[in-house]
Amino acid sequence: MQHVLRVLKPEDYFIEDEPYYEPVGDEIPVFEAAYRNSLPILLKGPTGCGKTRFMEHMAWRLHRPLITVSCHDDLTSSDLVGRFLVKGGETIWVDGPLARAVRAGGICYLDEVVEARKDTTVVIHPLADDRRVLPMEKLGELLEAPDTFCLAISYNPGYQSVLKDLKQSTRQRFVALEFDYPGSALEQKIVEKESGIASALARQLVKFAHMTRNLKGQGLDEGASTRLLVHAAKLMVSGVAPVVACRSAIAQALTDDPDMLAAVNELGASLF
Amino acid sequence: MKLDAALSADALEELMEAYLDAALSSRRDASQPARDLAAFGRRGQQFVLHWGAVIAKDNAELAYQFTAFAPRAMRLMDLDAVESWLLYAMDLYDKKGQIPAIRAFQQVADFAANMQERLAGMALEDCSAVLERFVCGLNGRPLKIAPADIPYTDTESVFLPPILGRLPDKEANFRLYKAMAVHQWAQNWYGTWRAGLLLEALDSGRLAPRDLAIFHVLETFRLDACIARDYPGLRRDMTALRLELDGEDSGWRSAVDRLTEPGSDVRETLRLVEALRGRPPRPCCYRGELQPDAVRTRLAIRSALEQDRFRIALAKMLEDQDGAPPGEDRPEAETLPETRDRLATRRHEDPDSPNGVRFDLMLDGKPVAPPEDVISTMESIIQDHGEIPPEYLVAAGPGLYKRGLGDDERAAESVWAGTYHEDGAFPYDEWDHSRQHHRKGWCILREHPVPPSDPDFYYQTLRKYGGLIKSIRRTFEVLRGEDRLLKRQSDGEDVDIDALVDAYADVHAGLEMTDRLFTRMHKDERNIAVMLMVDMSGSTKGWINQAEREALILLAEALDTLGDRFAIYGFSGWTRKRCEAYPVKTFAQAYDEDAKARICGIAPRDYTRMGVAIRHLSHLLAEQEARVKLLITLSDGKPDDYDHQYRGEYGIEDTRQALFEARLNGIHAFCITIDETGADYLPHMYGPANYAVICDVSKLPLKVSDIYRKLTS
Ligand SMILES: Nc1ncnc2c1ncn2[C@@H]1O[C@H](COP(=O)(O)OP(=O)(O)OP(=O)(O)O)[C@@H](O)[C@H]1O
Ligand SMILES: [Mg+2]
Repeated sequence: MQHVLRVLKPEDYFIEDEPYYEPVGDEIPVFEAAYRNSLPILLKGPTGCGKTRFMEHMAWRLHRPLITVSCHDDLTSSDLVGRFLVKGGETIWVDGPLARAVRAGGICYLDEVVEARKDTTVVIHPLADDRRVLPMEKLGELLEAPDTFCLAISYNPGYQSVLKDLKQSTRQRFVALEFDYPGSALEQKIVEKESGIASALARQLVKFAHMTRNLKGQGLDEGASTRLLVHAAKLMVSGVAPVVACRSAIAQALTDDPDMLAAVNELGASLF
Repeated sequence: MKLDAALSADALEELMEAYLDAALSSRRDASQPARDLAAFGRRGQQFVLHWGAVIAKDNAELAYQFTAFAPRAMRLMDLDAVESWLLYAMDLYDKKGQIPAIRAFQQVADFAANMQERLAGMALEDCSAVLERFVCGLNGRPLKIAPADIPYTDTESVFLPPILGRLPDKEANFRLYKAMAVHQWAQNWYGTWRAGLLLEALDSGRLAPRDLAIFHVLETFRLDACIARDYPGLRRDMTALRLELDGEDSGWRSAVDRLTEPGSDVRETLRLVEALRGRPPRPCCYRGELQPDAVRTRLAIRSALEQDRFRIALAKMLEDQDGAPPGEDRPEAETLPETRDRLATRRHEDPDSPNGVRFDLMLDGKPVAPPEDVISTMESIIQDHGEIPPEYLVAAGPGLYKRGLGDDERAAESVWAGTYHEDGAFPYDEWDHSRQHHRKGWCILREHPVPPSDPDFYYQTLRKYGGLIKSIRRTFEVLRGEDRLLKRQSDGEDVDIDALVDAYADVHAGLEMTDRLFTRMHKDERNIAVMLMVDMSGSTKGWINQAEREALILLAEALDTLGDRFAIYGFSGWTRKRCEAYPVKTFAQAYDEDAKARICGIAPRDYTRMGVAIRHLSHLLAEQEARVKLLITLSDGKPDDYDHQYRGEYGIEDTRQALFEARLNGIHAFCITIDETGADYLPHMYGPANYAVICDVSKLPLKVSDIYRKLTS
């Protein structure tokens, strides 16, 4: 069998198949309403609770391309907006992902935005209020956003230091959607659908997740996310023993502390 | 006769007589020891004869005692362990004489038990951290793990034996610990003590104290059934343990059918006691005992506290709803009865919770979502009472609010004084090099405020070192981070015109064109956090202490210029239970007049237990966001403490281990000492390049800043 690999620019890529997303509350109608009113959106929530998946789902729903930028502490504003490059002896301007998303009228999703340098978050300000323009200082131009453009950022309030808190002037521009791990029944359903695992095992996995979430603040920074459960379930479907799957996909991902690791492993072993 | 055939009693007696001669008499011969030894194979016999003869050369009486008790020893231990037993007794003889050595031979059973535990046993202190987390993960109110001879719970702690050696290896003994902890946790989670039913039955005499044991047997069946339903892995472990240690179940199970059904609670167990009273209890390796009095005390304190807390939370919710705090007109009222009608709870089915129900809080007929901490208070109340008791549902008035606050303040003060509970006391592990293992929670450290002293000393120091301070400032200013424009970068904010012009020229000359055509602003942030750890032991009294304070002032002035974040802590202590840290200036505090006055107030105290101080301070330092984290110790000698154990190698090894742990946390440690012999032990503790010995104390202030500059540039 031969795969034909298509190479597309993100702004030309439209998600065709519905990404599986299980709504936890009214996030879908709220997002749609915000989108129709050209309001930017802030997704809050712990890691692995479905924020990225939600964005993919919304991009599909709204028929827009999704351009995702994972922010890190070296991310400069030129990384977002664009810069001059030298090609064939000439300097030419190359758009950054944010500028490309604006031109294409797509959805730009800045993941973990607090990780980026402070000056970087400021460039999104004019885009995030009713001006809806992206200043491209080096070109001396302003890029106006079409109605279909949408800016979304994510932020995990859980474990960032005070130094990295999102500035009020930034956060107050956004409609905030709060995400959390789904309730037991829903989370079990997600694990089943994502991995094809048997219900009984999915149930135990969700229970295990709750055990680790009991330990949050008692030595763990975070409990097991839905993502980790899906990982463990996939290993189990491929024939890995449940206790081993929990150890490798979940316990090891949560902590390096030997006592905590031993305790989490014991918790896993108590369920299967 | 084959060489490896066992010898007869007669033959043995003859051989024994040969070396025991001096210890035998008309009243004592070797016939009994010989008969005992005849039951063993040739190898064991040879072993006893050989060592008997060896010991006889030192002391015939001891040789007799050994020969007489050796058969028993060999029944209890393997030959290697028997050898340790006899060497241990002979060692006692060398050090303390014949009587203790004889006693050691006679108490062979104790030695064997100890030996077994040492080899295969599990010590609680080695696994309590794991167990505590494990139990916390299971569910419900977090429970502490603490030692006691027989397992029990008071509903806030689980008490377990300090050591377990019933099973042949550590892992199995850990499983037994786990089963014990799970059983005690299960009493808390599956409601042995819930709603006070058991305590009430005891108080009213419906359950006689002598029937408590049979109640516990029955309740264990109920709890085990709950565990089996929810935790198949635990069931497997616990069943295997009972099979191994308690034997088969002799007909109990059929008698207790009803208890093992889902939905049965402690009432069912109480009912069954009636029917089964008088049956001999079935042993259980993990059950332990019930301690109603311990539970009663805890429960009374907790209920009162949580009731108040809950009512205060209700008042806050009413305030949110109404926009004004309730009961403002009655400053003394502790509860506000008129709020009762507005508050209610609603029951829900919830398979995840222990008795299948959950409660929503209702205000004015609508469900409200309480904040996180109130939820956990509610959960604890429900765990104790099975519901939110209706009398709890009344908002606190300002009177209760005030009382609550008063309590908190008092608590905070006594924490500082180090008397109240173990709150405000930080337990730290200590490294025991001879055992090659950490003693868990061995040291208790408290922070004590430093009384500020007359800042005059500060100004005197400034005058004394006026010129020096200026030059230190100048050198340090050079180090300060500044924005720099980096040229010819492959990536950056702007085009580097110079580079571009050069590149064009290159291209026209037929050379390859570089891609380094950009400029980039680069901020040289120093991003350093320094923790200065100052020896406040008694030996610094006098001019060492003065030099330390001067050095700190000079360095602090320099750090202030540089903008490096810094903290100053003194440390001292008196035995492992009274380790002390003195925050002179924390990271969060400014270097202001108060901080200066506190530097002046640094005074000599007691001893130098260094390991725990390093652990505490590096913990604080590790929490800082900084690229470089530096722990600088100012000291005048080796680690030392009042208890002799910490002196010498033990203290040095513990300090070394603490520094090693700090390094794992990304901390660089450096030691500045005025101990001339420092070079003997500091390289071992800090590493070869991480210390400086300053022989002339008067040079300390000058040197410290100099060293710091070199360290960080
Ligand atoms: N509501 C949901 N519907 C469907 N799948 C979900 C849902 N929530 C979580 N998942 C599963 O969890 C996985 C992780 O989710 P996702 O990658 O969206 O997390 P995230 O919130 O973006 O995390 P991070 O903050 O770490 O980026 C998904 O791949 C999916 O399998
Ligand atoms: Mg994501």
